[in-house]
Formats: sequence, structure tokens, C-alpha cells
Amino acid sequence: MLKQINITLNGVERSVEIDERESLLEVLRDKLYMTSVKHGCGVGECGACAVLIDGVAIDSCIYLATWADGKEIRTVEGFEQDGELNAMQEAFVEEGAVQCGFCIPGFLVSATELKETNKSYTRDEVRKALSGHLCRCTGYQKIVEATEKGLEKE
Amino acid sequence: MSFKCVNQRVIRKDIVAKVTGRARYTADRTEREMLYGALVRSKVAHGYVKSIDTSKAEQLPGVIKVVTYDDLKAIKFPTCGHPHSVIVEKRDIADKTVFTNHVRHFGDEIAGVVAVDSYTARKAAELVEVEYEKLPVYLESEEALQEGAKEIHDGSKNIVKEDEYELGSDVEPIFESADYVLEEDYDISPVKHCHLENQIAYAYQDAEQRIVVVSATQIPHIVRRILSQAFELPYSKFRIIKPYVGGGFGNKQDVVVEPQVVALSLAVGGKPVLIEYSREEQMVATRTRHAVKISLKSGFNKDGEILAQKAVIVSNGGGYAAHGHAITETMAGNFMQTYMSIKNFKSEQITTYTNLPVAGAMRAYGVPQISFAVESHLDSIAGMLQLDPAALRDINMTEDDLNNEFTGVDYSIKGLKEAIERGKERISWNEKQKAYQGQIGEKRKGVGMACFTFDSGTWPYYPELAGANITMNQDGHLYMHLGAVEIGQGSDTVFCQMAAETTGVSYDNVHINSLTDTDYSPFDTGAYGTRQTYITGQAVVKAAEIIYGKILEKAANLLDVGSEKLDVADDYVIDKASKRQLMSLADLALNTYYNEESGEVITCSVSNQVKSNSINTGVCFTEVEVDITTGKVDILDIFNIHDCGTVINPDTAEGQVHGGISMGIGYALMETMLFNKDGLPLNDNLLDYKLPTTLDHPDLGADFVETYSETGPFGAKGLSEPTTVPTAPAIRNAILNATGVKVNSLPMNPQCLFENFKDAGLI
Repeated sequence: MLKQINITLNGVERSVEIDERESLLEVLRDKLYMTSVKHGCGVGECGACAVLIDGVAIDSCIYLATWADGKEIRTVEGFEQDGELNAMQEAFVEEGAVQCGFCIPGFLVSATELKETNKSYTRDEVRKALSGHLCRCTGYQKIVEATEKGLEKE
Repeated sequence: MSFKCVNQRVIRKDIVAKVTGRARYTADRTEREMLYGALVRSKVAHGYVKSIDTSKAEQLPGVIKVVTYDDLKAIKFPTCGHPHSVIVEKRDIADKTVFTNHVRHFGDEIAGVVAVDSYTARKAAELVEVEYEKLPVYLESEEALQEGAKEIHDGSKNIVKEDEYELGSDVEPIFESADYVLEEDYDISPVKHCHLENQIAYAYQDAEQRIVVVSATQIPHIVRRILSQAFELPYSKFRIIKPYVGGGFGNKQDVVVEPQVVALSLAVGGKPVLIEYSREEQMVATRTRHAVKISLKSGFNKDGEILAQKAVIVSNGGGYAAHGHAITETMAGNFMQTYMSIKNFKSEQITTYTNLPVAGAMRAYGVPQISFAVESHLDSIAGMLQLDPAALRDINMTEDDLNNEFTGVDYSIKGLKEAIERGKERISWNEKQKAYQGQIGEKRKGVGMACFTFDSGTWPYYPELAGANITMNQDGHLYMHLGAVEIGQGSDTVFCQMAAETTGVSYDNVHINSLTDTDYSPFDTGAYGTRQTYITGQAVVKAAEIIYGKILEKAANLLDVGSEKLDVADDYVIDKASKRQLMSLADLALNTYYNEESGEVITCSVSNQVKSNSINTGVCFTEVEVDITTGKVDILDIFNIHDCGTVINPDTAEGQVHGGISMGIGYALMETMLFNKDGLPLNDNLLDYKLPTTLDHPDLGADFVETYSETGPFGAKGLSEPTTVPTAPAIRNAILNATGVKVNSLPMNPQCLFENFKDAGLI
């Protein structure tokens, strides 16, 4: 069944017609062109499709679009402010934490969620916070280091 | 050797695009009126299709076309991304058709559906009714090779190929007279690449009726050749575009999804048709790392001098030939390469057809398997003789100039010796290795090491050709077109560094597009074989040298001085002696474009054949803690030290090493593809197939011994693939050091270790 939902997407109010069977991943990619949100498994195993829903990182492939009605959604497309990368994006660039890049938007979503808590974390806690994301290129080493660096940034 | 741009930690060319979500991968590009394809896949591992009924699928609203094996001419083509060979006997085996009624593994393709959306296409594919005549299913090579076994491919006897070689003297009399003989069998599971972006491509016919294929591939130029074979159309009829690619690791060095999208697009009049594999399809219907059984036998004296070695290698190739026997031959060619002091070798190797998913290239192309056997076997020998495993390696290595008689490559392993010494110091080898022997208790620590040697590129087995086109834009920036393929490994970045270093143009002013397009990109065979830095790098340097020469020539004319007095640095033509800036490249370039007398754009196009190889080497050291009661292994420390020649970019090089170690940890301790007796998959998803997460490994270490390659660009050799080679044997040897138990199979997961510990009487 078709249904209208209203969301705030990267700070902009959007109204979109969805099929109730559609995941938020499908609506974000196919109807709202947020292509940073990646399809890696479609069943919540890999974390490549994570987005911030009211500030919480969630795999959008296992979150029905209809549940997003009235919520605030943020994707990597909305992380830059006035053309400046956010602290986590900047740290990922500086540390060279990216290889193929397919998993990276998902990692940035979880890392940004951590950053916004304004708390400090041990390396083990950072590893745990990122453990819902799979990456086959980097061995996670520079991703973990970049996340720590991003947490320390002003 | 001092460099300005090469050997520096410059920021990756593609990284900002990737952290902002602006990098467009295949699925992120759309065509108007995109249609969606889905495949009807075999539900049995071996059989004939007795009947197929497409009527229900065709009646589903939104379905445009159903195409079966009956609708297509059965043209056989190879799928493997090797270069074409002018020698007919060397060509890859052509045993695949787009769709088939003789299914050879679970997931083999029978038919395809085109529909208006992907839901409808997948639903329709499920509605196609297939009845099978089941055939015997062979999951192990031994079963497929039995007398009277049903042939998976007619006339093959289920053998892709077998051969053998002997180097030095006959090994059998040496075994007879040696102080000791040790024979061990290694059983190595198949695993998956698990790049995060699944196989995906779309195809359409353009205004001139040429067939455009947009694909996440490692080998655009080879895709074009194979499509030409698969559809019996001229090469020029196809145009292949490779956007950003979400990892490949060898799995996208086979032509898998591309013929399927072309067939479906042609069936609907050339409209754009996209196929994106699901993770589950990706697990069974692409390629795997070969399951291999290796038997190793060594004769040695009491001092640790190994006199002769024999290997018997049985590789399980799965349902189609794909890379044929090449990966098994690589195992054989690598078997004796590191420990040449041994002198006498025999190797017998066979690749079989079975009903497992198709095996193919995966990071390091067979070398992880043979190295697991060779490096584990060395520690078993060291244990028998109560020798330090590092000392045993030292005894059987030589610093002499070497030649691999099987492959024909000249090399030296001097850098490896230094890497071993550095690694021993870093992990406190001498103290720990002894101290950890003979422990008791539930938790026991151990240290282990393993070495490797690996080729840079594929010469002399395959011709090595790379192209580079460089043009100076009106503003003095350089624009490069390469046929080399960026799939995440960072090749575009190192090529820009090389061009900057050679020309004096700043790194920021050297531009490259991550996209490869066979209409515009020069010929290059692509991303595989640890070849691009070494092979394509040489083409880039040649082209950049020509550009540099043209800059000096033009500047000399304009400034009216001899070109020998000029140089280029930081985007300026300078006086060589005083370093004074004479003219900006921006001014020079603009003049070359619009000079009314002598206008000529500074540009060049190079196609460069390489007839050399430069063996890279390295070592992994690790310290582990083994829980005897649970069979769980905690890695306390792990690092690789590589001799890859000059490191062009330390950041991307470290990234390669980390990724290789991580993949190696999965191979060692977690990953395996499981099937039931009928050949149906049991863990064809990322939940049940255990990929390492952030919590599954400790911090990973990467270090480099930089010898200078005489043939490589700026002294560089290859790096990317072998980073994953020594991890599993190093961990195996650390478990041996901790427990005294020799584990000779992969993965060494808790079940495997429990069984080994039980057999050894530890439990």
C-alpha cells in the first residue's frame, strides 16, 4: 500500500510517497537519492546502510520506511557544514582510513553518533561501538585510530 | 634515495569523495527507464533441467521478459580475467554459457527475468518452475576422480589439468638416506572474498547500437574481450565503464554478471537492465578461494638442513574451470621459492572439477594455501629437531642471487633476512619462543612466524602491457588517463605521486578520474597479480618523463635558453643552477595551447610492455593466547614486515598490510564455507559466515624493509596481495609453540582446535 511519510532529511523537511513494504534504505537510495547509504547485505549484517535516526545509528535496511514518519534522518550527505567536513570525516581523511570506501559512510554514521555524546572512550569501547560494521579492506586499524582522533577534535 | 612526492604520506586522491558520499558506485548511477534483472538459479548442485515452466513468471504484472538457456545460442566462453593468449594452447578453458540446462553447482544460472522493478524481477524468478534430473554430487576432489564418476564437463574426467616438475636430483633416494623424514597432510577449507559491494552491472545499447556495460570489475578491458567471445561480436561493439568499486580481492577478476546483463538487455531491445547480486547469490555464484589438500614430505639431517621436499597438491576447482590450473600452478611455482637452499624438489599438482561453487582468484592466488603447508611444515620439522623455527628458516635460505626454474624469474631475498631480524627483535622472539615451550594450564601463550615470497606482476606467464596517457591542461595541471583499475587499493594515488615526482608538477595538480572507460582509457589488463604499482607504474613514469621533456623543450623556446639549464619544481620552470623560478607551468601551458606560431598541447600516450618481475618478500610475527578448554585463540600481537621495495605511499601501504592481516586472521581462525552432503550451502550470508569484526583482532602492525628494485618505478615492487599470505601459518605456529599441538587444517576454529587438543591428549 502506498503511503505518504514526512521526515527531516539532513535538516530539510521532506515528504515522500512510499510503499509500506519498503525499507528506509530503499526509500533513501531510490526516492531521495541519498546514495551514500549502501546496500551490502540487506538484512542487518554488514552496517553499510547505517543512518542516524533521531541521533541513533540504525541499519536502514531492516528499518521500514513507514517507521521513519515524523523522525529526523541524517546521512553522510548532510555531515558537511558550510562546505567543511565534520570532525569524523576530517579524521578519516587525515588518517587515510579509507580504501574501497563502500563501508565508510556506515562507519562515519556510528563514529559521528559517538562524537555527539561528547564523552571520551577507550580503544576497546571504540571497537565495540564500531563492531556492527564490516570492512574487508582496512583491518579496521586506521578506522579505529581515525575515530579516536575524531573524538579528540574540537 | 630522497624523494619529494613519492615515499610520502600524501592524502588519497579519492578519499574526500568517499567520506562525503559523493563517490558513485555502480548502484549509485541510474539510467532513465532502468529495468531490473533477476536470475533463476539451480537449487541442486548437479543435474539436468528436465523441464522449465516460465508461464507463471511471465504472467506476473511488471514482468517484461523471461530468457532461458533455450532462448540463447549456447556459446562457450572462459570467465577468467587473464590476458588473451596468442598461443592457442595457453588460452583459458571456455566451459561456461550464459544460461545452462546442465547445472554444475548450487546457484548455477538457468534463466533470467527482466521486470520493471527489482521486487518483481526476483518474485518472477521464484515463479519459474524447474524440474531436475539429479546427478551424483561430488564435493571433494577424490570423489570426482573416482573410476566411473559422472563427468561434470564432458570429456574432462573431472580433471581441469594436472602436471608435475622436478628440480635438482630425484627426491626419493634422498628421502631414503636422510637422517629424518617427515610427511604431513594439510586440509584447507574454501573461503570467500566478502567485498562489501556485491557483484553488480548494467548494460544498454547506446545511440549507435553499441553495447555499454557499467560494471564493478577489476578488469574492464578483459571484460570487453570476454563479452566479444560470449556473444560472437567484435570487441569494438562493447564499451565497458568501471565506476568506483567496493572491493574485489580477485572476485571481480572474473567475468560473472556482465554476460548476464548483456543477454537480458539484448532480449529487451537494448534497454538498460541492471543486476545486483544479493549477498546470498554473491556467496555461492561468484568465485571462492580453492579448497586444497596438500601433502608435503621432507628429508633432512639432524642439523636442520633440508635435503629434499616433495609436494602433492590437489585443488578443488568447483563447477567450472574459471582460472583453470593457473592458481594450482602458482602454488607449485611458489612451493620452493623461499627456501632455495633445499635444492631438490618435486611437485605434483592437479586441479579438479567438483560440484562446489566455482573457485577462482582470491588475494594472493593460491599462495596462502601452499604457504600454510610449507611454513607449518617448517615448524613441525623445527619441533622434531628442537630447533628455533627462525634458525631453521635461516639454515634453508640463501642470500645468493636466485632463479626460480619453474617460473623463470630471477630474484633475491636479501630484504627478507633483514625483515626477520627486525621482527624477532620487535616481538622479543629469542626470549619468548623458548619460554613458551612446555606450558601447562588452561591458557597458554605462544609466538609464531611465517615468511613468504611473491611475484610483482605476472611476467613471464602472461604478457604484461600497461598504458598511460597524460595531458597538460591549460592551467599547467596534468590529467592522467590510465587503464589500471582503482578498486580501493590506492593505485590512482600512487600513480599521481609518480607523475608528480617525475614532472615537478605538484601532487595536488595531478588529476585522475577513478572511472575507467574502455572508450577513453588506454589498454591495461587491470587490477590483479600485484601488478599495477610495478607494471603500470613503469608506464606512468615513461609517460611523465616524456611530458617533463616537452615542458623543458617548450620553456627553452619561450625563454630562449638551453633546455639543459632548466628544471621543473613546484609547478614552475626553474633555473637548474640557481633554483630561481622562471615561469609558472600555468603560463607555459596556456602558451602551448594558444601560441599562434607553435601551438601544440603537451600530451603523450604510452603503451609499455614489461618483461621483468621483482619478487617481494615479507614475514608475519604473532603472539597468541590459546584457551585449551574452549579452543579459542586470542591474538595478543600481530604484525607483518614487508620488503616491497620503495614504499610509494606509507599510508596506503600500511592500509594494505592491515587489510591483508585481517583477511588472514579470518582465514586462520574463523572463515569456512559450509555445505551439506547435497552441495547446498549452510552459511551463505554474513551472519553465519564469520568475517572478522573490530572485536576479533587486536591492533595490527605494519613495517617495511625498503630494498631498491632495479626494475620497478622508483625502486618499488608489488605489495597488496601477499600481505595476507603469512598470517595463517604464523598463527598456526604460535599455537604449536603454545600447546605443542600441530594443527594442519584451516580454519583453526574452536571445533577444530578442540578435536586436535583431544587427539593430543590435552583435553
